[in-house]
Formats: sequence, C-alpha cells, structure tokens
Amino acid sequence: MKIRIHVSLKPGVLDPQGRAVHHALDGLGFAGVEDVRIGRLIELTVADGTSDADLEAMCEKLLANTVIENYRIEKVGQ
Amino acid sequence: MSFRAAVVTFPGSNCDRDMAVALASVSGEQPIRVWHGDSALPERLDFIALPGGFSYGDYLRSGAMAANSPIMREIAAAAQRGVPVLGVCNGFQVLTEAGLLPGALMRNASQHFICRTVDLTVENTDSLFTRGFEAGQRLRIPVAHHDGNYFADDATLDLLEGDGRVALRYVENCNGSRRDIAGILNASGTVLGMMPHPERAVDAAHGGTDGRPLFENAIKALAHA
Repeated sequence: MKIRIHVSLKPGVLDPQGRAVHHALDGLGFAGVEDVRIGRLIELTVADGTSDADLEAMCEKLLANTVIENYRIEKVGQ
Repeated sequence: MSFRAAVVTFPGSNCDRDMAVALASVSGEQPIRVWHGDSALPERLDFIALPGGFSYGDYLRSGAMAANSPIMREIAAAAQRGVPVLGVCNGFQVLTEAGLLPGALMRNASQHFICRTVDLTVENTDSLFTRGFEAGQRLRIPVAHHDGNYFADDATLDLLEGDGRVALRYVENCNGSRRDIAGILNASGTVLGMMPHPERAVDAAHGGTDGRPLFENAIKALAHA
C-alpha cells in the first residue's frame, strides 16, 4: 500500500524559505503570487492492512514535529 | 570530589571532542564518551552533555533522528531522575525533538548559516547552570548554526518567561528566534538547551572564556548538592 504523508508548517509559523521563494517568483515576473509555504512530501510503502492508528503514530512520533508542523495522510492505493 | 560526566556522540556529532576537552579542563576529570547506539548509560552520572554537530546529517529535521536513538531513552530517564543535561546547538535541537524541552529550532530567518561570536544576556540566575551569574550579565559566546531559530507558541513562551525558564537571550537577534531566546531550561532547571557554544569559550586561546563559568557553576552546584 502506498501512502503519502504531506507535512506542512502550521499557520502562523514563519517560513523564511517560502518567503525567499516567493521573492524569487516575484523576481521572475509572476505577478499575483500571494503566499508561498514550503512543506515536505514523504512517500511510504507499507504492508496492506497497516492501521490508521499506526500511520498516525508514525507521523506523531517521527515524521512530523507537531510543535511546528501539521500532517495529512493520503492513501494512494495499491 | 569526583565528577562523572558523559558526552554523547551521535553519527555526525562534531563538537563532542571539544565538549569533552572543555569538561575535562574545568572539572579536572575526563568525561566518559558514550555512543548513540549504547543501550545503557554509565552508572552514577553527575552530568550529561549532548554536543553540537549534524547528527544523522540533519535528515528529516535537525535532531529528529538522534532524538529517537537508543541512548535517548536512557537520557530521558536520567533527566527525569534529575541528572543535569546540557544540550548545545545540535544537542539543543535533539532535546526539543525528544520532548525534554519545549519548542522547536527552525531554519534561521536569514536562511544563512551563522558562525560568529554573539552577545548574550543571562536571564535566569537560579538554575544549577546559571547560579553564579548576575541577572542581565553579558556573555560573549560563539554561535555556529543553520537551524537556531527558536519557535514556540505564545502560551509556551509566556509559560517559559513566567517561570524564569529563559536562561539566555541574544542581545541582537541573529537568527529570528522568538523573544530573542538563545537558551531555555526545563521545569526543574536541570536540563539546559542553548544554541551558543560555551565549550568554544573556555580557554584564553579561544578568544574568550565566557563559557567557562557555565560549566563551573554546574560543577560547583553538584559538589554542594
């Protein structure tokens, strides 16, 4: 089973990297970009039947730092 | 008096030797070197130091992998028993990732790696690390980090400030840290995490010795305990 874990910064947490990229997009002439936030995508291949509770525990214990980050678990299929 | 200190080395630690030399120079006793994969700490430790560096290549997040290494379970248990723990730079990142200190250390606001000597003020003078200082005392200690931008939510920051757990602040904020925080303590004042490197300021040949009292205070406090 393929799983995608989307890790993103919580609202209100400053993202200097996103700000720099925003600036660079402005510099390239792309008008109308209002905000840029940079996160991380983690792809897992796990045994079929891996429980949601286990996936959540993986995120809580290691894959995301919930002080600063949110995560979303996406099941991509077989 | 004997002073049994341990310096923990993770794969990618690079200030472990400096930390051991600093502790030996101040205490007169060689610290015990501990490896990240060890499942047990030496017995009867007086002090544990988590050094700077780039443990596990900063994979995932700085300190995240080290925080889950076997020895960290033992260190968390020792900290719980009241054994003093000092985490410097990557060691501070490991302590936050392990949940022994609140908050997180994010990429510097400037995006740049910063390597220079900075001015700090001592905010807390009650902990075993800071008891010998005067409130507001200035220290000059080097920083060398990419991820030193301290973040915690307002409620956590208010709690830290209210309980006097902000140990050190930058005089000039070099990395974007909220409320200029350079170092914080746990609730019992026995775990200190700080981004500046006191072990790089213990000998006149380092260009300054302002880091030395931090170790001396801890050793003195333990001798009287």
